[in-house]
Amino acid sequence: MTLRLLASRLAALAVTLLAASIVIYGALYLAPGDPATLLAGGHATPAVLAAIARQEHLNQPFFVRYWDWLTGVLHGNLGESFLYREQVTSLIAGRVLNTVFLVAYASVVIIVGGVALGLVAALRRRAGVAITVGTSIGMAMPSFVAAIILITIFAVNLKWLPVFGAGTGFTGRLSHLTLPAIALALSWLAFTAQLTRAAVREELGREHVQTAHSRGIRERRVVWRHVVRNAMIPISTVSGLTVAGLIAGDVVIEQAFSINGLGSFLVQSVLDKDFASVQAVALILVAAFVIVNGIVDFWSLLLDPRLRARTV
Amino acid sequence: MLRDPIAVASGLFILAIVVVAAFAPFLAPYPPDAGSILTGNEGVSAAHWLGTDSFGRDLLSRLIYGARLSLLGPALIIAISTVVGTTLAIAAAWFGGWFDQVVSRIADILFAFPGLIFAMIAVAMFGTGLVAPVIALSISYTPYLMRVVRSAAIRQRALPYVSACYVEGLPGWRICLRHLLPNVAAILLVQATLSFGYALVDLAAVSYLGLGVQPPTAEWGLMVSEGQSAILAGHPQESLAAGMMIILTVVAFNLFGERLAARQAVED
Repeated sequence: MTLRLLASRLAALAVTLLAASIVIYGALYLAPGDPATLLAGGHATPAVLAAIARQEHLNQPFFVRYWDWLTGVLHGNLGESFLYREQVTSLIAGRVLNTVFLVAYASVVIIVGGVALGLVAALRRRAGVAITVGTSIGMAMPSFVAAIILITIFAVNLKWLPVFGAGTGFTGRLSHLTLPAIALALSWLAFTAQLTRAAVREELGREHVQTAHSRGIRERRVVWRHVVRNAMIPISTVSGLTVAGLIAGDVVIEQAFSINGLGSFLVQSVLDKDFASVQAVALILVAAFVIVNGIVDFWSLLLDPRLRARTV
Repeated sequence: MLRDPIAVASGLFILAIVVVAAFAPFLAPYPPDAGSILTGNEGVSAAHWLGTDSFGRDLLSRLIYGARLSLLGPALIIAISTVVGTTLAIAAAWFGGWFDQVVSRIADILFAFPGLIFAMIAVAMFGTGLVAPVIALSISYTPYLMRVVRSAAIRQRALPYVSACYVEGLPGWRICLRHLLPNVAAILLVQATLSFGYALVDLAAVSYLGLGVQPPTAEWGLMVSEGQSAILAGHPQESLAAGMMIILTVVAFNLFGERLAARQAVED
């Protein structure tokens, strides 16, 4: 049963990825102007354009070209950036780790911080009001505004943590990426906290919880065994989706903190009109987004048998 | 609604900011690009209520003028995606069958693109400015509006009054326009209000990255990034003021949308 479900989900995932890749590759042909000029980055002599057209087989029909590009991508060849005269794969190789580290760091901050705040808000009435007000503001805060507030506090006044660059090694990255991870996580953390609070409050009012109380089971045990465990279903689904949302937010945060990662490379490539790099990085980010969404979707089906019964 | 203090306060704030944007030339103490580097990064004073930016331009005036593009962009995004999304949703609910299938599959593909990434691809294709990001974000907001309206319209379509109209011999487009649309309008309004805040943040992020409107235009997202280099020199006022305007506007739209939704839940 579960295997069949997995197979159908994987098929849907593959179709979405394929369609997204056609859109990204097709952008080259939808853009005004001729594809060779776009790949060259705007300033190129006719001889260079002819060379690019030859090398990229631009005289071939669209789907032949697309197929070449796609099979290249699947073999780890993301194409050549004609601006840098270099393979995109080697241009991004040194940057991927910074991005992955940042997104993973922010995910941990969201899940740990959001669930903890939400639990406290649901179980302690007094703290609850303050947390609800705080998270309402946090949810409306764009990541780049959170970034400049953190930079203002830490670059000028506190100076505890570095505000620029990604650092090297694990500890270097950990300290350099702390503020970026917080800025990236903030609005999602607030969202997760509100969701956790609502889910826990709902579980607290359930009959089985009241029964547990009336049986004289200790408060702590009721909370952990009966409330938190059930509340975890919606929480894990939604916080998984927020992790997918981080992939777009990452672009902005890397730019704000001058982090040398995939996101800042994408921004630079767009400004440079380096089309091959834009396509490659956009494809990586969209694929990551789709795959994380797919995993979360499947995970929530595994976690909650009721959903499974409905979809199959 | 008028007895709900949160709805009234957020509604008044939205109204005020729209009025300020509309009458910017009459309200702003200075033109948005007037100033001299000699008077750059000044603090708060009687002449400059919020101080000046690094080019010596009056910050309050730039915030007031900046409200125009900062609100116009998301307004266009929501207007386009609402019109397109509603049309497709009602058509999908009415015709069902393969049309519904095709529209839903296209929406699924669009969900694969985070709005910001879609906007960046569009800027790479068509260049920086307001137009490319607005069109790209309109496209990526359309499926969100469509999904909500479609399920509401499908629920309405199953109600007996629709069959009654059909039996009376009313043409399909007329039933859709005169009966289905008014009945999903309330849900549509909530979704559009809530989406406005997200659209504002996404578009401001595009400007912040330098991919939207270009200097010396006054726009909040751009002001956050232009002020960033002055932060290290101890002058965070430009970035913080523009950031604050973004947050307040988004909070106002979110609260107003939530109150609208709450009132609707009570009515249902």
